[in-house]
Amino acid sequence: MTTLDETTPDLGDDGRVRLRDDTSPVLRVSEAGADAMTYDDENDRRMIINMGPQHPSTHGVLRLMLELDGETVKRSKPIIGYLHTGMEKTGETLSYLQGPTNVTRMDYAAPLFSELAFSLATEKLLDIEVPDRAVWIRMLMCELNRMTSHLLFQATNGMDIGAVGMMIYGWREREEVLRLLEKITGLRMNHNYIRPGGVAADLPDGWRDDVLTILDTLPERLDEFDDLLTGQPIWRERLQGVGVINAAECLALGVTGPLLRSTGYAWDLRRDMPYLAYDEVDFDVLVGSYGDCFDRYAIRLNEIRESMRIVRQILDKMPTGDYRIQDKKVTPPPRARIDESMEALIHHFKIFTEGFKVPEGEAYVAVESPRGELGCYMVSDGGSHPYRMHIRGPSFVNLQVMPHMMQEALVADAVAIVSTVDPIMGEVDR
Amino acid sequence: MSDVPGEPDTDEATVDTEPVVEIETRYGAPVTRSLDQLVLHPSVESYIETVQALHSDGFVMCIDLTAVDYLTRPKRDLPHGVAAERFEIVASFISHAARERVRLRVQVAVDNPVVASLFDIYPGTEALERETYDMFGIVFDGHPDMTRILMPEDWEGHPLRKDFAVGAIPVQFKNAPGPR
Repeated sequence: MTTLDETTPDLGDDGRVRLRDDTSPVLRVSEAGADAMTYDDENDRRMIINMGPQHPSTHGVLRLMLELDGETVKRSKPIIGYLHTGMEKTGETLSYLQGPTNVTRMDYAAPLFSELAFSLATEKLLDIEVPDRAVWIRMLMCELNRMTSHLLFQATNGMDIGAVGMMIYGWREREEVLRLLEKITGLRMNHNYIRPGGVAADLPDGWRDDVLTILDTLPERLDEFDDLLTGQPIWRERLQGVGVINAAECLALGVTGPLLRSTGYAWDLRRDMPYLAYDEVDFDVLVGSYGDCFDRYAIRLNEIRESMRIVRQILDKMPTGDYRIQDKKVTPPPRARIDESMEALIHHFKIFTEGFKVPEGEAYVAVESPRGELGCYMVSDGGSHPYRMHIRGPSFVNLQVMPHMMQEALVADAVAIVSTVDPIMGEVDR
Repeated sequence: MSDVPGEPDTDEATVDTEPVVEIETRYGAPVTRSLDQLVLHPSVESYIETVQALHSDGFVMCIDLTAVDYLTRPKRDLPHGVAAERFEIVASFISHAARERVRLRVQVAVDNPVVASLFDIYPGTEALERETYDMFGIVFDGHPDMTRILMPEDWEGHPLRKDFAVGAIPVQFKNAPGPR
């Protein structure tokens, strides 16, 4: 295992020079350039083909331009933007209260993390601290969401590699957790639940039993995943030694999350730069040894177990109190008060039409999403809308590692690599 | 050589009438703190040296690189001696060993929006710099592939600039008839 002290933070001079020239794994040509590409006699067999954006294993609308020699990938380039809807621009026209409805649509497999990053950045600018219960509810929701995200990965990864049954199993377990999220937030996805100042609503009656039901049934199901996949020779053949990457490359390329940890480099913001109350719960940061597709698969599977461990501790430690800050500047009045008080009605109306003002300033806040570091850079001009709202999507940066993993791999391995990088295109394109 | 006592003092006094603002510098750039977060303000010229110094000091990763267009808000909190320009490059770095983050804010003039690329120090900025070019029109000198990344190749304009209007336009396809 690589520890923090003994890592080499760069690729060395040779590695860096190689990133630029023709031997670089990245195929830096435009579409017109790809058409006009000619090869000398030695490389005459090479051709450039497209994988995606409609290919089912490219997870949405990822398109890969592959330069192939027979069935071997020589160079490649991820082409993105098919899902670009200008969400950062939209963020400048929405108030801070409306902001979470926008960012929640970025990483649609783990929407609560975008909401959390947005809310933490807003709260940092407002210089407010949310009540304890809100902090712990946020942690509970994020860990449940991490479970759904990794279960979704198990489903899609299984299907990509050819274990098609996994599609059903992964989806089934995910739906059970999503049902709980729906009970708490009102929606399966795109919750708009974590908001500046706290969360949208308190946990419903009986939430504890529902969480316990999941914690009691899921471990058995995960053991089934192990039986079905982890020890199976075909599964191992497809994943082990495929798409290998090392820690130095990950650091140089800005790669975070399970991809970085699969190389044996233990870095998890929850442990290393704690936010919320992660310093009050026990959990392990899981690392791999080889940085291959199998390590990435195994880390995600076991992170579900770690999340369950955290959720169990949250159940024990969930404090009582308010689920949102009682600051009239940012918190709308309770629904019941609106019926009896004119001032409450005006207050409600003003918060939802004008929004609340946030002091001038700029801040960057990061959280550990299932895919890596998810950051929010926010600039306020003192008004009720962000002057600039930028989300650092982990998938967007992680995509750059694909050409490096794919060089000299087979096309079938490219599918496994795309799958275990686990990009969510909503977050890549924003 | 008149030996008038006190003359040097008066000279010094005239020099000292300028208000002296003590600016802390680190890695060759003025330092401010924004809500407990460390922010450096290098100039466009000293940007690369500052980043190089950060890299050799254990900041192993360039986490984020983006820009802000301050067209409609020219006044903002900058340290003494740093002149505000329309664009600002914002880059975040992280040191895993020190568990520390640092942010760089570089002022970039609109009439010459060119900044050195960090690709040779942090190859992971390739996509981030392409996105910043695509959205703001800031060119990164020395970048291996300075092309659009999110918008279509033949798109005109840079959407995150403040003078790029928000509005509904038809879905864009490459080589399709233009919207306007």
